[in-house]
Amino acid sequence: MSSIYEQIGGAPAVDAAVDIFYRKVLADDRISDFFDGTDMDAQAAKQKAFITMALGGPNQYTGKDMRAAHKHLVKRGLSDSHFDAVVENLGATLQELGVPAATIGTIAESLGGLRNDVLDR
Amino acid sequence: MARLTYRGGSFEAEDGESVLECLERAGCAPPSSCRSGQCQSCLMKATSGSLPPAAQQGLKDAWRAQGLFLACACRPTEDLEVADADGGALEVAATITGREVLSDEVVRIRLATGSPFEYRAGQFVSVIRPSDRLTRPYSLASLPSEPQLELHVRRVPGGRMSAWLCDEAPIGEPVQLRGPAGECFYLAGEEQPLVLAGTSTGLAPLVGIVRDALDRGHRGPIALYHGSVRASGLYLADELDTLATHPNVRVVRSVLEGPTPDGVVQEGLDALVLGSGHDLKAARAWLCGAPELVRLLKKKLFLAGMPLKAIASDPFVVAPAGA
Repeated sequence: MSSIYEQIGGAPAVDAAVDIFYRKVLADDRISDFFDGTDMDAQAAKQKAFITMALGGPNQYTGKDMRAAHKHLVKRGLSDSHFDAVVENLGATLQELGVPAATIGTIAESLGGLRNDVLDR
Repeated sequence: MARLTYRGGSFEAEDGESVLECLERAGCAPPSSCRSGQCQSCLMKATSGSLPPAAQQGLKDAWRAQGLFLACACRPTEDLEVADADGGALEVAATITGREVLSDEVVRIRLATGSPFEYRAGQFVSVIRPSDRLTRPYSLASLPSEPQLELHVRRVPGGRMSAWLCDEAPIGEPVQLRGPAGECFYLAGEEQPLVLAGTSTGLAPLVGIVRDALDRGHRGPIALYHGSVRASGLYLADELDTLATHPNVRVVRSVLEGPTPDGVVQEGLDALVLGSGHDLKAARAWLCGAPELVRLLKKKLFLAGMPLKAIASDPFVVAPAGA
């Protein structure tokens, strides 16, 4: 069975999702500080990798990478509520792109498996 | 902890330290300018070991393949053998052929290269002073079809390169050039609306891009914004007026405070650009100059609906004193 990544159209669909997702998190007061870096292109590249991974596409992230990449943010107070807000924004992004609710639920569930890595627990 | 080998010496890079910082501690650093991975002044070459991806951000593919990297952006995670970038093969000899005062702050410098130099208007070059290898980036306001390169050099208080270029170096003086580099050049559909905004000598690449676009028959609307804190930072009024006579081109000049000369408005560039009714979903934008303004505008344009890939930006990071 093909991955959700393939079903929604692969890399071009992810490109479209990145701009929408990035706008949402920058506008979300709960988490915008974590995303408001000086280099927007570098931020967008990270988000592309994140969304690709979330959709089960080809990616090189491991749980260990997620832990290392977020350690400095945990020190700044990254917590469960922020994690939930990111998942919520990704869900809203995919909804805008016409991904069915059931599929979004599956994605959110699989992202839950990363929670402890991201929050360094 | 990574070990650096350079010119026969061996140096321990502390955790999180860049190659530039490590070699500065050792007193044998290469020339540098922006220290933030933008200007490519601190180009070096890795002869052994693997580079973190950030070390080669923004370099052209041929340079990456040769192991060239930016010392300020390279925080090595494993042992690395590095060398000076091979100057001869990467540089072009040029001479200073013209100097024209454009304002109290800005001087136009013209350069002629000894051999053909391929570039796009709006890209930048590293200008290298041969006597001490002092290196600084300058954007190109000229078109490749023109016989000389044109730079707009802002007098930076205490700036060694700007003082040399603006006042000290005689006409005919040789310089070395490396580059070109950067993504700020005309690239658009002929009908696309173009939005260009900059401060200070960020105007140089923008004027180059507008002239290039017109030269290539661009038919969409072009809006060029030049902003400054005070009127003393504005320049090139006559040439901008001439550009604005083109039916597709609109030029807006603005200041934040102080007296406003004729044709200049008092408003922030971000408010002007965002409030002008541009079709941001369809347009392409170029932003050059003061880093804070470039970043602010980029974020605002993006949040207002412009795709990130349609925004090219070139923050002009001034070298710290003594660098």
